[in-house]
Amino acid sequence: MRPVYLDNNATTRVDPQVVEAMLPFFTEQFGNPSSIHSFGSSVGGAVKAARKQVQALLGAEFDHEIIFTSGGTESNNMAILSALEAMPGRDVIITTKVEHPAVLSVCEYLEKTGRAKVHYIGVDSFGRLDLEAYRAALSDRVALVTLMWANNETGTIFPVEPLAELAKEVGALFHTDAVQAVGKVPITLKGSAIDMLSLSGHKLHAPKGIGALYVKRGVRFKPQMRGGHQERGRRAGTENAPGIVALGKAAELAMAAMADEQTRVKALRDRLEAGIMQRVPNCFVNGDKYDRLPNTCNVAFEFVEGEAILLHLTRAGIAASSGSACTSGSLEPSHVLRAMNIPFTAAHGSIRFSFSRESIDEDVDRVIEVLPGILEKLRTLSPFWAGANEAPKEFKPVYA
Amino acid sequence: MWDYSEKVQEYFFNPKNAGVLAEANAVGEVGAISCGDALKLMMKVDPVTNVILEAKFQTFGCGSAIASSSALTELVIGKTIEEALKLTNQDIADFLGGLPPEKMHCSVMGYEALQAAVANFRGETWTDDHEEGALICKCFGVDEGMVERAVRMNNLTTIEQVTAYTKAGGGCLTCFDALEGVLAKVNAEMVAEGVLDPAKAYKLGSVDPLALKKKPTPKAAAPAPVVSLGEIAPVRTSHPAPAGVSPLDPATPTPALTNLQKIRLIEQAIEELRPNLRADNGDCELVDVDGSTVYVRLSGACVGCQMASVTVSGIQQRLAAKIGSPIRVVPVGKN
Ligand SMILES: Cc1ncc(COP(=O)(O)O)c(C=O)c1O
Repeated sequence: MRPVYLDNNATTRVDPQVVEAMLPFFTEQFGNPSSIHSFGSSVGGAVKAARKQVQALLGAEFDHEIIFTSGGTESNNMAILSALEAMPGRDVIITTKVEHPAVLSVCEYLEKTGRAKVHYIGVDSFGRLDLEAYRAALSDRVALVTLMWANNETGTIFPVEPLAELAKEVGALFHTDAVQAVGKVPITLKGSAIDMLSLSGHKLHAPKGIGALYVKRGVRFKPQMRGGHQERGRRAGTENAPGIVALGKAAELAMAAMADEQTRVKALRDRLEAGIMQRVPNCFVNGDKYDRLPNTCNVAFEFVEGEAILLHLTRAGIAASSGSACTSGSLEPSHVLRAMNIPFTAAHGSIRFSFSRESIDEDVDRVIEVLPGILEKLRTLSPFWAGANEAPKEFKPVYA
Repeated sequence: MWDYSEKVQEYFFNPKNAGVLAEANAVGEVGAISCGDALKLMMKVDPVTNVILEAKFQTFGCGSAIASSSALTELVIGKTIEEALKLTNQDIADFLGGLPPEKMHCSVMGYEALQAAVANFRGETWTDDHEEGALICKCFGVDEGMVERAVRMNNLTTIEQVTAYTKAGGGCLTCFDALEGVLAKVNAEMVAEGVLDPAKAYKLGSVDPLALKKKPTPKAAAPAPVVSLGEIAPVRTSHPAPAGVSPLDPATPTPALTNLQKIRLIEQAIEELRPNLRADNGDCELVDVDGSTVYVRLSGACVGCQMASVTVSGIQQRLAAKIGSPIRVVPVGKN
């Protein structure tokens, strides 16, 4: 049986066309793009072409606004550290409580080491940003606002463009972690107030370890990686030519598949969600149902624990992921669901299904087929379970 | 995903003795707040011979929590109460062919459920009465007394040392705050007694918890004047209630259970603290709980004493550790 892969927000399969495009750059075209001789120059040309492909996907005005990096984490680190250095006299960062650790831990570190004051803006129970708190936090001391375009756990989209306009009004730089948004929703950076944007290849069918940071022309930038003159001195190090070519091809394919993502993929997601709601009692969708990535579905199943659900799904050949951190090495529940104030047994029982253009109808059918049985089995094991659509059972264990 | 033994997987996918035991006469209901797990153990005990004839369980928790619960029932059936009480959490883990270190607390939960069920059978009420204070580290079953002793006897002044000597904090590190609290408290006592150089004493918050794999809770944005929403067009301020929402939908008020549970935990934590305060001629009572703010009345030597703020932050820390979320403790006046 075909394995069902619904964990595309974690990573995607590299598209065979992408593999094909990058392979020659390991073999015949192995040159260093900086070399003058013919080995290098053809590689240099390919890197330039890839830059244009990424530029097109982002709707950026100039190709040199794209800096290739090793991925989303590096791009986020680079953007935040650069902004702080580039804005002397300003030492405040505004971010949110629901960012990816690649932003949160950088902010926490800067705070801890006394280099910045950080405002972590909260969200409501749908995961939407607390706009009043955001506006209140803006001041002429803010060096950088960094807000994610779309949340990796719930798919909830922040209205980054108008939020960037507000940041502009106080003279702050605006960065967005768009790792989950790029390739899934249309983006036009030209003419927007967004100064910097991070993207990661492995979320859009390119390999792991390649990504990019968009830096708008004219925005002050302080390199964090010093060395050679690559990437116009903004990110030293011999270019990862195969990765860059792959990212370019993936960007081109993502552009072409955008319509599919918005229609067919979204329909798959909606059908899964409706199917679950219909067949499984006591569950609800986490996140903003209206402003959400078309591929992401995060469902809270009350009275059961996520890891237990995932173990059963895994055995049924279905890959998804859990909002319960019990699976991930730490024991704390997801900081995103916690920030949304999702009640505790429901937060622990949240499962994320994330689709891609490779997903098919059969994937949805399989999940809908096995999930109700898994939930029923686990719920009969649960001391909180009192029956379908009932309130939780009176169960007050002694918490030690 | 965790590296579970075959036996854990077997007991998770096909748990033995799952479900409700209607004719149980020994019931234990316990939870481990660190992981959000909870277990109800039901046993039928022969009142004459004290033999455990049947045992069943219901568990809210991850794979190893369910497997540990099932293993526990298998281990106790056929034993007398007295024999069963000799079981330790390690026996449960061994039965399952071992548990990942971060999941050891699942076996501790099984151990506690058994203690609670026996107490219930004997008509006693069970509280988590570790002789020397509550368990601090669930992963390795280390209680406060053990940490205190290790710190004193070995002049420990860092969290890493405490972990090396006691294992506490070597797993999930959700106990970081509590651990840090004990270390700082004992070091302060040692400084006061003149047995520790004040420069060496551990200071609260002096460790980079990131380095210890612990993520600090982000601080909330500073309170700021309310500013009108402005006209960010694409954002709606309220959603129509989605159809078919369940009773726990975050938009609707959450049921009383969690609140009640919370208040109970707070009461319990304060009760546990009172003997210490009384030993210092002070006292503390719970006045009210409002959301995450807890109002307490301090009396006796605690009032006006220089240590009052230390006491309050100690209570705060203790409560936060118990509840698993930040709590603000506000002392209120005499009336
Ligand atoms: C929102 C978000 N930001 C950043 C990252 C990190 O990207 P990368 O894995 O390329 O470092 C991820 C992926 O895990 C993500 O989902």
